[in-house]
This record gives sequence, C-alpha cells and structure tokens, in this order.
Amino acid sequence: MVAFSPGRFRSPGCRQRPSDSSGNAGHRRDVHDAVTGATPEGDLAIESRGLTKRFGKQTAVNSIDLAVPRGSVFGFLGPNGSGKTTTIRMLLALTQATSGTVSVLGHSMPARLHHVLPRVGALVEGPAFYPFLSGAANLRRLDTADRHASSNTRGARVQFALERVGLTHAADKKVHAYSLGMKQRLGIANALLLPRDLLVLDEPTNGLDPQGTREVRTLVRSLAAEGTTVFVSSHLLAEVDQICTHAAVMSAGSIVAQGTLAALRQGGDTRVRVRTPDTAGAVRVLTHLGLEPFLAPDDRADRDVVAPLRGSQWQPEAIVTALVAGGVRIRGFLVEEPSLEERFVALTGEGFDVVQ
Amino acid sequence: MSSSDVSVPNSAEVPVRGRGGWDLLGSELAVLFRRRRTWAMLVAIALIPILLAVAVRLSSSTLNPGEGPPFLDRVTQNGLFVGFTAMVVAIPLFLPLTIGVVAGDTIAGEAGLGTLRYLLVAPAGRVRLLLVKYVGAAVFCLVATLTLTVSGALIGAALFPVGPVTLLSGDTISVAESLLRSLLVAAYVTVSLLGLAMIGLFISTLTDVPVGAMAATVVVSVVAQILDVIPQLSWLHPWLFSHYWLGFADLLRQPLDLGSFGQNAIVQACYLAVFGALAYSRFVTKDILS
Repeated sequence: MVAFSPGRFRSPGCRQRPSDSSGNAGHRRDVHDAVTGATPEGDLAIESRGLTKRFGKQTAVNSIDLAVPRGSVFGFLGPNGSGKTTTIRMLLALTQATSGTVSVLGHSMPARLHHVLPRVGALVEGPAFYPFLSGAANLRRLDTADRHASSNTRGARVQFALERVGLTHAADKKVHAYSLGMKQRLGIANALLLPRDLLVLDEPTNGLDPQGTREVRTLVRSLAAEGTTVFVSSHLLAEVDQICTHAAVMSAGSIVAQGTLAALRQGGDTRVRVRTPDTAGAVRVLTHLGLEPFLAPDDRADRDVVAPLRGSQWQPEAIVTALVAGGVRIRGFLVEEPSLEERFVALTGEGFDVVQ
Repeated sequence: MSSSDVSVPNSAEVPVRGRGGWDLLGSELAVLFRRRRTWAMLVAIALIPILLAVAVRLSSSTLNPGEGPPFLDRVTQNGLFVGFTAMVVAIPLFLPLTIGVVAGDTIAGEAGLGTLRYLLVAPAGRVRLLLVKYVGAAVFCLVATLTLTVSGALIGAALFPVGPVTLLSGDTISVAESLLRSLLVAAYVTVSLLGLAMIGLFISTLTDVPVGAMAATVVVSVVAQILDVIPQLSWLHPWLFSHYWLGFADLLRQPLDLGSFGQNAIVQACYLAVFGALAYSRFVTKDILS
C-alpha cells in the first residue's frame, strides 16, 4: 500500500493555461473560460438529444438530453444500474446509441471520434491494465494507441502523469502487485497523459482511501481551474456536493433533474430545527408564526422541532426571538439547507427500492 | 462508425502527430513478446526438434525407410533433416495450437482485461487496432516457424553428420542451399498459418473470453483436418485452409516446385479476405461492454 504523504496528487503548477501561452497549447485549440457560471447555451462540452440505448427489450438509457457546459465540473448522479456507465460508453463511442445524437466538444459522435477523443481523457468503469506490465509500461502502451501522441515526449508525459497521482515510487512495479487504490490512481494518470479539454471520470474515487479521495477532489478542482471540463459520474453525493458546479440525476435510464447544483438543491426546503425540552411550547409558537412545525423523527427523549420555512417571511433570528418571548428554552437552533442527499433520494427513491 | 474509422484525421485540426501510428504496432509486438506465455510456447516449439533428434540419437535400432514420420529415417544420415521432420510433426497440432492461443487472444484478451475500452478511447481506431492485432499474430507465426527451423538446424548439426543433402527427387544440393530450402519451408509454413490466424482474429472479436476464442480456433483447425481426410468431401478439400499444410515436401525437389506454394498462398489469401471482412464488420459495429 502507498505510504501516506500529503499531496500525492500534485497540483499541476507547471501546466500552462492555453490562454497564457501560444506555444505550449499542444492539443488545445479551444480557449475557454474557467467556470463563469453564465455559460452560453450553445457552448456545451457534451450535448445529447434523445439519446437512447436498448439492450434487447430492456431500455438502459431512455431518451436523455444531457447538457454539460464547458468549464463546468459536472456531477452525473444516479443509483447503481441507472444507466450512467451506458451513457458514458455512448459519449465515448464505445457503444452505438439505439437512437438520438451526441456531440462532444462541439463534434458529433461517433462520426468525428478521431477529432474528439484525443482531447478527452477517460476513466470508464474502473481502471483496466495489463497485469504483467509495470505501471509506467502500461501508460506507455495505452499512449501509443493515440496516434497523435508524440513518441518524443512519451516518457516525460508518463513520468508527469505518474507524479501527478503520486505513483512515481510504484512506476516500475508490475500492476498485478498494485492495490485497488493504486490501480485507480493509475487509471486517472492514464486520463491525464495529454492535456485534455474534457475529462470523463466514472466513479473516480472508487477504492480510494479518504486521503486519496481528498486528493482526487483537489486534482479535479485544479483541472477545472485550468479550464478543463470534468464530467464525474458518482453515487457518492458528498463528493459531488463538494466539487461539482452542475449535476444531472439519472433514475431508471432517464434524467430526472439537471442544472446547477444550487438550482438542484432548490427543489428542497430550508428548515429550522429547534432543540428544546419544551417541544409543545415550540410547536405552539412556530404554528402561531404561520409555520408548520413537526417533531423530528427521533428516538431521543428531547426531540427536535423542525419547521420548513417554505417562503415564510420570518427571518431565523425573528423566529428565535419569538420562541424566547414565548418562554421556550432553546438548547440549539439550526437553519438547515436542503441536502443533496435528500433531493437525490426524493428523485430516485428510498433504500433498495430504487426504480428499476 | 465504419466510415469514420478509416478516415484520416485532418492534420490542420490535430496539429501534434505521432509517427503515423506505428508506435502501436511496436507496442503490440513488445507486449506479445514480453509475455511469459509467448516465450513458453516458443520454447516448447524449439523443444520439438530437440526431443526428436535426441530420441533418434539415443535409439540404437535403425528405422526402415517409411517408418515413423516422413524424413525420420534420413535424420541419422544427415542432421539437416531434423528441421523438416520436426515441421511435419508440429504442423498438424502444435503450431495451430500456439497460433490459436495468440490469435484467439488478440481482441478477446484485451476485452477480458478491460484494456480494449482504453485502447479505443485513446483512440486507437477500430480498423487500425484490428490490423495491428493481425500483424502481431502473423509475426508470431513467422517467429514460431523460424524458431522450429533454427532449433532443428542447430540440434541436427550438433548430433548428426551434416553434409550435402539428397533431395526427394534424388538430386543432391549443398549445405548452404539446403539451409535456404529450410528457410523456404519456414516461409511456406508461415503462409499456411496465416488463414488460421485470421480465423482466430475473427473468433476473438465475437467474445470477451479469451480462452473460449483460443479453444474455438484450435477446434476449427482440428475440424478442418478431419474434413480433409474424409474422401466423400473431396470437393471441399482444396478449399480447406489446412489442405496444403504438409505440401512443403515439394520444396525439397529439384528443380524447385513452387506450385503448391502458390496454391497454398491463394487458399490462405481467400481465408484472409473472407475472415478479415467478417472480423471488420463485426468489430467496427461491436458494442464494447467489457
């Protein structure tokens, strides 16, 4: 296993922004802004229309319209089996869509895959390598597959990619001796062999320890800061919550919600939570204010009183004042933003009863 | 998808270019010949003439002409026959077995490891990948037959007298010319195996389980040879890829008869065309789900 050291995923200080340099631009032709929030409608890194994939009678992906703005960090959410990986396979021209169209970086896929894929780094459904080759030899091998990848810089690029994911010490080890986390890192290194305009990362933190997960987050942020669009599929909501600017939620092959993370959250309610021994009093005061309080479902003796704000004109501090004036002893008061998890569960179903 | 795979990318749009994609072939050969499995098969091939020569050397009884595999009775008189005898022994089963392993592994092996999706996303190009994989398998055919030939010549020279070789036609040729003929036999056997290698490549595009593709390829070669000995199917025989496998005896006559070489090449070319087209049409539209 890897010895823990801070910053195994190095921040890529030596890489130039395309807008900063004319000579080092390499593959990059599109000078695009870092996350600006206001992305023009036409400037999408990934756009699909009515994208559908059927396997026999089963519809794995059902007419989805994906819109991933350039420069965004886009979270692609959904329970297992909701069609995320099938969608990614269609985006990368690994499988053919049954119907519908996809365009990636402004080119239609799969017709223009030779123009698009050199600019796309991908980690699809887990890392896969030749177990009998070393980590560095694996990266060199996969790099030769891209006929635009210069052989002169191959060694240096492989070194740099390994350094970025903190695998330099294991570069000459055979991959069959790698742990799952190390393979995952090597998979990310493979996606970073060339400067990319788009990174498609399918469950990038799978198998990583908490440190590794944090480092992937840092890496994704630094790539996004350089202007790379990052498309991350995940079912880890905390992860998406922390790094993404946009997200789409899939359920049973359809997109059930899509947009900026802030817009996605707005589907839920901001709530106030009052911790008090005087629950009856709290409910009375809150009801008097026009709210609809209820006791939080909890086993403890002193249960919290929760009230959704739902556009109420009351400011939280005014609610506290009213509670105190009403003789309610307050042990804790919290304004709760709706969590992505609640939205996610509301959209895709509870527990194992996810829509199939 | 199929039309896009063969299109040459516009160099104005993609300014940085590698060496026209030859790197992938180099890498394919490096991976193939760095595998222990490949070396094990080549060592086994090299052992065939060695076992044969040692057995003949150690046995005191002299063989009557015609007993045992062809040429075996001549080995004691001239070591240069070890290679020919070993080729006759190896071609019905052992060489097809190794070709089956290599050709069956081409696409299915990458699919089984999951590296196929990363090669295609790189993007390797499906047609280019098929070509590189086939060339890799063909190079293995050549290396395998050369290994057998060289090993046979060396062990023959070490254990038996070497001198001018009396051909099947009764003529005698010099040692140097007999070595040339050995290389010609190696070339003949290599060509003989090219059709089977393409069949293996096609089968390999059908599955994600490399062992299945390997076994199926070997089975195909065995079935072809069984069909070849059923007299009722004589109309089919000239079209079996294995029909001319043992025809290299014609190369041991004076004057040199290249007729069977040509017929063999034509049959193999037919198999290349048919199974190459099948592999192409299957692979360019295949959903990569591995």
